[in-house]
Amino acid sequence: MMPLRERALVSPRSVPSLPKHVRIQYDPVRQAFAVLSPEKVFWPNDISLDILRRCDGRSTVGHIIAELAADYDAEQEAVAADVVAFLQEWSDKLLVKL
Amino acid sequence: MNEPLLPPIGMLAELTHRCPLQCPYCSNPLELLKANRELDTQTWLDLFSQAADLGVLQVHLSGGEPTLRRDLEQLIAGLSARGVYTNLITAGVGIAEGRIEAFAAAGLDHLQLSFQGARPATTDRIGNHKGGHEKKLETARRARAAGLPLTINAPIHRHNIEEVPEFIDLALSLGAERLEIANVQYAGWALTNRDQLMPERAAVDRQAEIVAAARERLTGIMNIDFVPPDYFAIYPKPCMGGWARDAFMVTPDGTVLPCHAAQTIPSLSFERFGTRSLAEIWTDSPAFNAFRGTDWMLEPCRSCERREIDWGGCRCQAMAIAGDAAATDPACVKSPIHARMAMLIDEAQRAAAVSSNDEQFVYRRIGVVTEPA
Ligand code: SF4
Ligand code: SF4
Repeated sequence: MMPLRERALVSPRSVPSLPKHVRIQYDPVRQAFAVLSPEKVFWPNDISLDILRRCDGRSTVGHIIAELAADYDAEQEAVAADVVAFLQEWSDKLLVKL
Repeated sequence: MNEPLLPPIGMLAELTHRCPLQCPYCSNPLELLKANRELDTQTWLDLFSQAADLGVLQVHLSGGEPTLRRDLEQLIAGLSARGVYTNLITAGVGIAEGRIEAFAAAGLDHLQLSFQGARPATTDRIGNHKGGHEKKLETARRARAAGLPLTINAPIHRHNIEEVPEFIDLALSLGAERLEIANVQYAGWALTNRDQLMPERAAVDRQAEIVAAARERLTGIMNIDFVPPDYFAIYPKPCMGGWARDAFMVTPDGTVLPCHAAQTIPSLSFERFGTRSLAEIWTDSPAFNAFRGTDWMLEPCRSCERREIDWGGCRCQAMAIAGDAAATDPACVKSPIHARMAMLIDEAQRAAAVSSNDEQFVYRRIGVVTEPA
């Protein structure tokens, strides 16, 4: 029996990535990016997509926040709250690995 | 049509009706197709390619037991080459050495493995297959070793509803990302065996509490999808997400259907892939258009605020219980015959009290001709 996994909590030092069963893919029929998972297909908005694309298994959450704040010309703190909430929700659904 | 026709997202491909198991709740039709009626490799590949062109993003490879198709690796590779997300739905019994690894190498994205029980004796008895449980455990291990993400599917009914906590432990111990606690839907063989399968009300309530608590406890550890039993519900489920709205299925001989049990609606006739393209069937088939959207609805659905939430429920259940495929699903509290659901539950309890063993099951087999109760 393998050791029981634990719920992961987002911190600035977490390094998020997409698990093997999740993938982002451009759909030419609907001309939009889709996130494919075992049962569901998600249609992320631009901001969600920008976060998910940075879940590359190398960038820390802190780094992702700094980049997005620069890109969107927004306050780091406001961006941080949104990014952390988003990643926690997706991690809780096992759609993002921390 | 009161909304624009959208392309389908998902497709369920029943590659074969052959199966080493004989589950009495199988959703396959009573008249099972033999191997000589199955589409050949090239036809499935053409169908998949047309599905991808049409906008299908996910294909669930099912059956029967899909691994009985020797060309499964090829079919997976064909889908994978088109970027389609592939989910293999298997009973996990009798899969030859090396094949799971070959499925993974061909590009399989995800594997869903059914367990008829959480205890070996239950699995073997419900599937009517000795040693089945052990083989399934082995399949799960091999899938994990091959790096495949895993869902455990637990079809729930009277004879295993008390095993729900054990199903949760089993799925965790096998390293599954997802567990489906799916109460059986009374269509296909399950309708024939309804009296034997119907759980007791108290067990249904207990199950709901157990699942709710486990979901809370396992947030971020394992996803639990719960399909509650229709007959005990207040509102129906949005069957297939709405008739011919974003998904469809294909039977082993290439017949294209809006859902599993659609062929039980006698007024409809269905087309086979090959006589027409998939795109033509999806857009023009009278059977697909019969219950699309909300225009076909009668009262109380027609003016109901939930009409685009559950799409009036299941057409086949309306057919089976109300005798009219265009009626409101009797599972809905607003259906004029909703009380019949409670009567059917009571009838089943009485029948089960008389015969408490499963000798009464009509096991799923090719050539057993039975009429639904
Ligand atoms: S439900 Fe049971 S009998 Fe039917 S296809 Fe699945 S494993 Fe086979
Ligand atoms: S009346 Fe029809 S639309 Fe309204 S909840 Fe019942 S089944 Fe759904």
